[in-house]
Amino acid sequence: MALLEVNNLHAYYGNIHALKGISLQVEEGEIVSLIGGNGAGKTTTLRSISGLIPPKPGAITLGGEDLSNHKAHELVSRGVAMVPEGRGVFAKLTVLENLEMGAFHRTDKDGIIADLNSVYELFPRLAERKKQLAGTMSGGEQQMLAMGRAMMSRPTLLLLDEPSMGLAPVLVEAIFDTITEINKNGTTVLLVEQNAHMALQVAHRGYVLQTGTIVLSDSAKELQRNPMVQKAYLGIE
Amino acid sequence: MSQRFKDIDYIGVFLWVFRAIIIVLVIYGTVSKLFLGVGNEYTIETWIDFFVSGLSQGSLYALIALGYTMVYGILFMINFAHGEFFMSGAMTSTVLVATFLSASGFLDAQPLVSMLLITAVSIITSISVALLTERIAYRPLRRAPRLVPLITAIGASFFWQYFFRGLFGSALIPFPVPESLQGRWTIFGLEFLRTRVVVMGTTVIALVFLYLFIQRTKTGKAIRAVAEDKDVAALMGINVDRTISITFAIGAAMAGIAGVLWGLVFRQVHFYMGFVPGIKAFTAAVFGGIGSIPGAALGGLLLGVIEAVGPPLFLEGLGIVGAHQLKDVIAFTMLVLVLIFRPQGLIGEKLAEKKA
Ligand SMILES: Nc1ncnc2c1ncn2[C@@H]1O[C@H](COP(=O)(O)OP(=O)(O)OP(=O)(O)O)[C@@H](O)[C@H]1O
Ligand SMILES: [Mg+2]
Repeated sequence: MALLEVNNLHAYYGNIHALKGISLQVEEGEIVSLIGGNGAGKTTTLRSISGLIPPKPGAITLGGEDLSNHKAHELVSRGVAMVPEGRGVFAKLTVLENLEMGAFHRTDKDGIIADLNSVYELFPRLAERKKQLAGTMSGGEQQMLAMGRAMMSRPTLLLLDEPSMGLAPVLVEAIFDTITEINKNGTTVLLVEQNAHMALQVAHRGYVLQTGTIVLSDSAKELQRNPMVQKAYLGIE
Repeated sequence: MSQRFKDIDYIGVFLWVFRAIIIVLVIYGTVSKLFLGVGNEYTIETWIDFFVSGLSQGSLYALIALGYTMVYGILFMINFAHGEFFMSGAMTSTVLVATFLSASGFLDAQPLVSMLLITAVSIITSISVALLTERIAYRPLRRAPRLVPLITAIGASFFWQYFFRGLFGSALIPFPVPESLQGRWTIFGLEFLRTRVVVMGTTVIALVFLYLFIQRTKTGKAIRAVAEDKDVAALMGINVDRTISITFAIGAAMAGIAGVLWGLVFRQVHFYMGFVPGIKAFTAAVFGGIGSIPGAALGGLLLGVIEAVGPPLFLEGLGIVGAHQLKDVIAFTMLVLVLIFRPQGLIGEKLAEKKA
């Protein structure tokens, strides 16, 4: 069985039917990309998996355990961490305090310090800025902070919502390199992106979402060759 | 040519004139009081006395204002029942504890232990009332339009007033002050009412504790995180509902402490005692910048001092008789002025920046 299994998931905002029964799987150790245009329902999918939106109906299991009735704050200790769209750093908390919040549910002080050091290794910039208020950091630095913060919970599954949004091309490369590195260290990744080109380059497999429905799923290589994907998401005629 | 005149912002001009008039009145009143000797009957000691009693009154406002500002900071809601959290602690601890300790003689024999006991009961009562109010009246409305919880808060306020009136009656209940806290202490050659000194000392301790709690502890950081973004806080594993309850409880604890101190200063409690201090403390919170904890402390102290020093200083200087009875006018004029000229308060941030 896959690490994450989503079956026939629906989600609503009032009367808006944002997810119309999507199903997807993420195997342990994989990077899976979910691509799609504006308003396709990518963010909604991640918010449902992380417990911020109740599935109506739909089944979500992680390692065989049913997640669909849990609240968001209970999921962190079960191994789900999310980097929200727009980063969501706590602007008035310092960099270090933000990272501490990532480890909120943990009580193993030594483990937290060890993970803090590995986050600083992954993002040396954060180590230099420990005391700085997160709101005064640049967009790229905030993205690093949001990812480092998510890693502080020692997740088994990392959900990333458009980590490349609004970043300069060099930084985009760096962020995707880091995603690969995090994955190599044993964290499974579900990646949502509009930058389909990069997303399919780092991923093992991918899903294409259109207006609340999954229209395609395949290995990342096949998706990159698929004429429909090339036309709609990769800008290749 | 005529374009220039169209650019004049008439409201802006009016506000500037208004501001200037207020400043002129205050300066004129002050100068005529101090230097032209319009009924200048006060000695320097009297002025110091005005100032100190203002500081002590302001400490009480500050303690109560913290509850308004913390709840606003985390829920963007004005909790108009907060004055009742203050009243509930003061009344319950007076009727159930202080009266008995006084009758048995324990109050005078062991004033410190007695006061701690009274304060503990007051804090526990205020916290219980706050948690019940939050759970039953506010939490179900968390996603409702802003006006709804506001009206609910006013309803809750009435509910608790009449609940405690039913419980303890509508009479004024005397608050027994231990003998050792009656009279004055001489500090630096000046005499201070002992109760005033206790009020200010306790407030300083409470503020320092609160500040360290919010800045240093894990729960304090969680409160700040939830205040910024509830969804992201939940993604961190923070139980948002619980954190909001804790915030209410801390504000109520401060109100409970203020309730006992209020009893010490005014020597009586009453089911209606939460109303005016509640509104004054709300004024103080807005004055300092609602949502800001240092702002509430500063706003409370300033409001207390201006209320105490303002009437004798510039109102009497303007030739107004019975100026002392006008201290509430000063307080609420200040509220209106702050809302017009600096809605974000002295050290608050602009609301627009705060939350879209
Ligand atoms: N809070 C909300 N209230 C109402 N409708 C919403 C809300 N959030 C999202 N929607 C709607 O749900 C649909 C899916 O939105 P979602 O944010 O999941 O898209 P997305 O794929 O993440 O898009 P983007 O790439 O622009 O971030 C859209 O039609 C959107 O308008
Ligand atoms: Mg999105």
